Amino acid sequence: MACTAEAVAEAVRAVAAVVVEHREELIRLDREIGDGDHGENLARGFTALVSKLDEVPSSPGGVLRLAATTLISTVGGAAGPLFGTAFLRAATSVGDVASVDGAAVAAALRAALDGVVARGKASLGDKTMVDALTPAVAAAESVAAGGGGVAEVLGAAADAAEMGADSTVPMVARKGRASYLGERSAGHLDPGARSTALVLRALAGRAR
Amino acid sequence: MIGLVVVSHSRRLAEGVAEVAGQMAPSVRIVPSGGDGSGGLGTDYVAVGEAITRADSGSGVVVLFDLGSAKMVADMAAEEAEGSVVVVDAPLVEGAVAAAVRAQGGAGLAEVAAAATGVVSPVSVVDGDAVRAEVELTNSAGLHARPAALVARALDPLDASVVVRFGGESADAKSVLALMGLGAPGGARVEVVASGADAAEAVRRVEELAARRFGD
Repeated sequence: MACTAEAVAEAVRAVAAVVVEHREELIRLDREIGDGDHGENLARGFTALVSKLDEVPSSPGGVLRLAATTLISTVGGAAGPLFGTAFLRAATSVGDVASVDGAAVAAALRAALDGVVARGKASLGDKTMVDALTPAVAAAESVAAGGGGVAEVLGAAADAAEMGADSTVPMVARKGRASYLGERSAGHLDPGARSTALVLRALAGRAR
Repeated sequence: MIGLVVVSHSRRLAEGVAEVAGQMAPSVRIVPSGGDGSGGLGTDYVAVGEAITRADSGSGVVVLFDLGSAKMVADMAAEEAEGSVVVVDAPLVEGAVAAAVRAQGGAGLAEVAAAATGVVSPVSVVDGDAVRAEVELTNSAGLHARPAALVARALDPLDASVVVRFGGESADAKSVLALMGLGAPGGARVEVVASGADAAEAVRRVEELAARRFGD
């Protein structure tokens, strides 16, 4: 089963709704180990994105590109460039095709992860969104290799991302604002890993 | 001439750094970009891109940043920019001052970027024909940022290797950061050693600055 531009736009709208719904939770998580603006910033960016999607671009890649440019310029903080880069690389990976299948989604997730790593210079275990995205990509690739469709690929990615996010709780942050806290950053869920898992879960929920 | 952009989470911090650096380099375009664009703390990707455009006179731009995400925003804006842009990981205030002074002296993009990060060219071996002078730091603060910048700027155009020695250490006199690193206080006596075609002029300029109490 393949996804068209309208289906991707619908999934992005679902992501926006989930982000807005979890705004307070993300603010609380970020207040514990960061500067407390993660929920606010993401909600602002995705709300701006929804209003731009009144006019849906003609291809899935076009939707992802619009998401990237909007998030970069409206989210702010570290999340803006990081989520923006993720969507931009995913858009480039998808290209101009009219619809995407499971393999294309897995490849796009891999490109997004590579972009985030290049932009943020974080590795697995640094207590960042990379800890959610890395297992998500591995799971997505595994399912896609077995012939899984978009829904299965994104479902596996979301499951793995949630476990990856949970794994950040005991970690000591080595990147971002939380790293200033040193050992005191342990015992808290990383807000970026949490929001990454939320985004993937929302995408999976819309995939058919 | 190379331009500078100062990216900070705070609008006032960016403006303040640009103000301090600008005092030492009046001809350099130093454009501050701080805050999230709506009065809060943060960084604004679009604003940083516009600042880079404004700072570029065609020769290139060096971008300095304060914390974490400011680097990411600066990197992205630099990748999107039309001209040559280098984002440097440098101490914000000292780096901006050092870069501005080098830019004022007409240095190229790589040199200005290196000045910001404190990558100082190795102190050259001064040969036996060097011109030497002992100079008393007549101002109260010694070789702090502003006097150091004045010295570096005065020597930059000269064809001379100039070393300032104090307390057993030597510093390249064309590097603001190296001069400041000597920690020479007011009233101290430093040795100035110059070699090269303009060696005598170099020493004369340092002596003249000292005689004017480095403008203090």
